[in-house]
Amino acid sequence: MENKTKDILDNRRFFIAGAVILVVVIFIIQLFSLQITNSDYKSWADSNAFLNRTLYPSRGMIYDREGRLLVYNEPAYDVMIIMREVQPFDTLDFCQTVGITKDIFDKRIEEIKDRRLNPGYSSYVPQRFMKQLSAKEYGVLQEKLYKFPGFYIQNRTIRNYEYSNAPLLLGNIGEVDKRDLEDDPYYVQGDDSGRSGVERSYEKELRGEKGVEILLRDAHGRVKGKYEEGAHDIAPVSGKNLTLSIDMELQAYGEMLMQNKIGSIVMIEPETGEVLCMVSAPTFDPKILVGRQRGSNHSELEKDPRKPLYDRSIMATYPPGSTFKPAQGLVFLQEGVITPNTRYSCAYGYTFRGGKPACHGHESPLGLIPALATSCNSYFCWGLHDMLDDRKRFATIQEGFEVWKNHIVSMGYGYQLGIDLPGEKRGYIPNSKVYDNTYNGRWTSSTIISIAIGQGEITTTPLQICNLGATIANRGHFITPHVVKEIENSSLDPLYTDKRYPTINKAYYEDIAEGMMHAVLSGTCRGAALPGIQVCGKTGTAENPHGKDHSVFMGFAPYDNPKVAISVLIENGGFGATYAVPLAKLMMEKYLNGEISEESKYTEEYLKNAVIQPSHVYK
Amino acid sequence: MYTNKKQNTWKTIDWVTILLYVVMVAAGWFSICGASYDFDYAGLFDPSGRPGSQLIWIGLSVILIFIIMMLDSDVYDIFAYLIYFLIILLLIATIFLAPEIKGSRSWLVIGPVRLQPAEFAKFATALALAKFMSSHGFKLTMPKNFGIALAIIFTPMLLILLQKETGSALVYLAFFLVLYREGMSGYILLAGVCAVIFFVTVMKFSEDIVGITPLGELIVSCMILAITLCLIYFACKDTKRLKISSIITTVILLGGYITSLFTPVNYAWIIIGCISIISCYLIGTSIYKRLWSYGLVALFAFGSIAFLYSSDYVFDEILEPHQQVRIKVSLGLEDDPTGAGYNVNQSKIAIGSGGLTGKGFLNGTQTKLKYVPEQDTDFIFCTVGEEQGFIGATAVLLLFMVFILRLIILAERQHSTFGRVYGYSVASIFFFHLAINIGMVIGLTPVIGIPLPFFSYGGSSLWGFTILLFIFLRLDASRKQRH
Repeated sequence: MENKTKDILDNRRFFIAGAVILVVVIFIIQLFSLQITNSDYKSWADSNAFLNRTLYPSRGMIYDREGRLLVYNEPAYDVMIIMREVQPFDTLDFCQTVGITKDIFDKRIEEIKDRRLNPGYSSYVPQRFMKQLSAKEYGVLQEKLYKFPGFYIQNRTIRNYEYSNAPLLLGNIGEVDKRDLEDDPYYVQGDDSGRSGVERSYEKELRGEKGVEILLRDAHGRVKGKYEEGAHDIAPVSGKNLTLSIDMELQAYGEMLMQNKIGSIVMIEPETGEVLCMVSAPTFDPKILVGRQRGSNHSELEKDPRKPLYDRSIMATYPPGSTFKPAQGLVFLQEGVITPNTRYSCAYGYTFRGGKPACHGHESPLGLIPALATSCNSYFCWGLHDMLDDRKRFATIQEGFEVWKNHIVSMGYGYQLGIDLPGEKRGYIPNSKVYDNTYNGRWTSSTIISIAIGQGEITTTPLQICNLGATIANRGHFITPHVVKEIENSSLDPLYTDKRYPTINKAYYEDIAEGMMHAVLSGTCRGAALPGIQVCGKTGTAENPHGKDHSVFMGFAPYDNPKVAISVLIENGGFGATYAVPLAKLMMEKYLNGEISEESKYTEEYLKNAVIQPSHVYK
Repeated sequence: MYTNKKQNTWKTIDWVTILLYVVMVAAGWFSICGASYDFDYAGLFDPSGRPGSQLIWIGLSVILIFIIMMLDSDVYDIFAYLIYFLIILLLIATIFLAPEIKGSRSWLVIGPVRLQPAEFAKFATALALAKFMSSHGFKLTMPKNFGIALAIIFTPMLLILLQKETGSALVYLAFFLVLYREGMSGYILLAGVCAVIFFVTVMKFSEDIVGITPLGELIVSCMILAITLCLIYFACKDTKRLKISSIITTVILLGGYITSLFTPVNYAWIIIGCISIISCYLIGTSIYKRLWSYGLVALFAFGSIAFLYSSDYVFDEILEPHQQVRIKVSLGLEDDPTGAGYNVNQSKIAIGSGGLTGKGFLNGTQTKLKYVPEQDTDFIFCTVGEEQGFIGATAVLLLFMVFILRLIILAERQHSTFGRVYGYSVASIFFFHLAINIGMVIGLTPVIGIPLPFFSYGGSSLWGFTILLFIFLRLDASRKQRH
């Protein structure tokens, strides 16, 4: 019995040893699952220990066609705070130094500590307390910084502008939004990107490439040095500098003339398609959309009833009025509806429809060139009638209208031209189906006669109007208008170097150009004449259902070997000749001669001081 | 005579264990280097750094080993009670003298040296227990003897609890393995293990309810039923009553199932009802047959049910909030990676990121960057896991396993009860430390702060374990002279 008990007890060693082995086996299984089968721990460890600090490249600078610096980077200073290091200090003194109230200070501290608003918060890591102090504020703070333990300054860059002009064209930068973050993995929350203008359309070129510095971070978030001595770091690549085709002096002059008016000036170098200036009035100083005031200033601008954020040169669509007549003439010539010698009669109006649309006093019947010079409405109405209503020419009006439409579209109307700026509108050229729907399939040229003179359904942007001027100046082709002339170490998109040919025979352009020259010499836009320069032009008076007509001018100069094409549109400016023509003259004079002659000084003064603002703006 | 004895000692000492000891201490030192590596300062031998001071502790341990080896093996037998008594006095003194460090009063500060008497109480308790159990006429089955043995174990445990060193106190539960080996009923061990398993299960499933049945209670009551039926077979060797009990179970379960077709039923209650009926039947049998064993099985069944329904109360009312949280987090009931679960979570990340072969010595980013708190003391194993990977961590586990199994073999070959009891005490204490420490680091057991022997930084624990082990090796070396 004694021995049996002893045996039982002796056997217990196996139970105890078995328990030891069992526990070790269970541990090895757990280790296997942690270390071999589960890969999550590896990535968690990396996100624990590696701090990928982004190295921001400097954004490309922007120059004008004359090499003048327009946009550059300027240091700004963020005030950072490390909560752990803050010791009691004179809060009031601090608030006065950085220009905030005690309430804002307390609120900001609360926001920083709130993990819902600031998910990555750690009291060991610098947190952004204030954004973008100016150099002056920075200077004052820097001197006193020793009194505020835990506060630091971090250098950043913000955009600054040499000129207070062309805010919409240059655009501005701001923090990326949710859509940018989804569309482009390059961005992370808090990055800046171009929000409008060239800053936006050339974002990829301007931004450069971010670099990264891999740092090791301890459990408290303190940086403990570079990972493998920086072997895996990537240096940032600076953004490319841009040279614009804009002549900033010309742009500034245009903006000065357009003050207290609403409208647009677009000037293009016909040979290259380069935009020389693109004024949208009213305008504002681009500097106000930089720095801490950006948000409040932007909403101010949004609230302004004159819509200064709306780039009228490419976003506003107007009926082109009589500036459309050269395009009509080209279509008629191309389709053989008229020859330069074809004459139509005019009796103060389009007699075929009982004198509507009306016209003014001039010789009758008249040929194409005088018709352009005098801006005869009847001539182009007859032309459209002969083209569309002649069933020997086209079996149906629909067929004829489609031919007409395709010619017009080939000249850059009805679709976006493709300028290198965001937000360009396409304007509107109807097709035959639109009229079939409206008029139940029964319509003639008379039904739609307003389009003959650039009214009715047709709308165009000032850029498209100017582009027609450039096309005629080139006698039959154009290059897609663009505002960037050169990208550093890179070439332009072929879209901005290749010629585009409308479906009109080159030969017909000469007659149209001649008609436009006569308009300046003896016709409706004599006010555009410049001594010694053969200016060609076409006035327009765009009917405006909301108020006084818009004053429009389209032209180019000189007649031979043209250097510049222009469109001017002044909202509610009345007849084209009243404001648009003299303004265009000054702009061309400024560009071609480099200065304004004594004789033109009076016009300049008069235009500059003119206030043309519709009453509805101040409702 | 003296020289002769000394020669004998070095000849008969178990070199296998010493080799394992040396390997573990060396591996431990390298792990401490990895865990306390500092970016700004990388001197490994500087005595002011942790690797440097650990080297000093190791050096002093060697001297300690020589002293232990020089002494006559009878010294430990003769002075066992005295040593135990002195240590108990020291533990009492510590409660009053020790300053509060990290919420516990267990460290005696003497100049630049800090000692934790609790680490030395282990070998003293083992000596006293061995001395008592080897005394003439000792029988563990005698309630008086059993009571004194428990008193020897629980006195230091209680004092250490008063020092608020819960982890070190729990280590004394390891002595129950010794008692088991020396004849304590296996049912007490079974009851203890069952209590832990029932508790963990109830806690783990405390939120889950199937129909109107709480899942935790259902699982535990099923376990109780199964163990009760097994006990009828194994403890009472009564197949007849096992059959009758099985029939009762089947009938009640069928009845419960039929009832559940008409009305929602709490299955836990049905099974508990079943257990109660079987238990009453067993009590009747016990009285009728005048056999204790039936009654004991019934006692187990009723006790388990009582435990099941009181564990919630114990958990909510008796445990302190931070202990509740630790238990809940380690059972995965609470997901709190920034709070109480932070240590375990970071420790698992560090180990998990080691992969198969690890990141290499001094290349562990998680440990180097101090993501794991206490990584050179209680959480030292995660440095091994990160820098040496699965291979290294497994090697350390196997090293410990071989070491403990070797200690069991040595304990079994003792000629004297004193030597065997002491040997099992040593093996059990190492086993308990291994199971709880590594279980904690790899997220299997609650966070109970006890060191990993020979690996965790600290002089007290290294010395404590060294004395514990080498007294046994000394006893083993002269086992043939002892009876």
